Amino acid sequence: MARISVQIDDFDIAAEIAALQNGDLSIGGLVTFTGTVRDVGGTLDSMTLEHYPGMTEKQLQLIAGQAEERWPLAGCTIIHRYGTLKPGENIVLVITASAHRKAAFEAAEFLMDFLKSEAPFWKKEDGQEGSLWVDASDRDTVALERWQKTKTE
Amino acid sequence: MQLVYFASLREALGCAEENYTPPHDVTTVEELIRHLRTRSDIHAAALHSSKMLRVAVNQTHAKPDHPVSDEDEVAIFPPVTGG
Repeated sequence: MARISVQIDDFDIAAEIAALQNGDLSIGGLVTFTGTVRDVGGTLDSMTLEHYPGMTEKQLQLIAGQAEERWPLAGCTIIHRYGTLKPGENIVLVITASAHRKAAFEAAEFLMDFLKSEAPFWKKEDGQEGSLWVDASDRDTVALERWQKTKTE
Repeated sequence: MQLVYFASLREALGCAEENYTPPHDVTTVEELIRHLRTRSDIHAAALHSSKMLRVAVNQTHAKPDHPVSDEDEVAIFPPVTGG
């Protein structure tokens, strides 16, 4: 069972790795992905994330279940923050653990691709020109389709 | 049914959640959206582009032909942008 958390507070990556590892000596590789608030032009004051309480947790659990079916994972963790975040702050953490690195790398990428297209979160940027909802990217749809075409193992 | 709106759609409609009973001939997600557009000019504008709308029935992503009934929680929102 994956650890899923949707929270306002920041997360501690080292503590999350230790919790996932939890003395399981069959684990030979852990991959972590951290998504942070980007401010390319120096114009962003903050970013506010809204989500659909209830569905978000359900959807993340579903995505984690799909990854666990597809790769031989010892476990995985998905933590996603909501609320108002400053540039540079953490948004999302994905950790995958497996005996070998390939499964852990692939599963982490799969989790992020599905999360970006299917988890009900919405970003709003607050900057010098006011508040603007972030548009969904076509790249995310393309990233998702890749997994639907290629069935690994 | 319970209608729930998120993000830009919630702001455009000025409503996060409402109890609403659509006409009896509304049986699918697609028919519901089509009906909701007729409620006001604001609804027509906010729900105008099906391409920019996603729907979840009882907190699960649903396609346009998915059935809807009075006991359902139906959420309508723009494409998601988390991660």
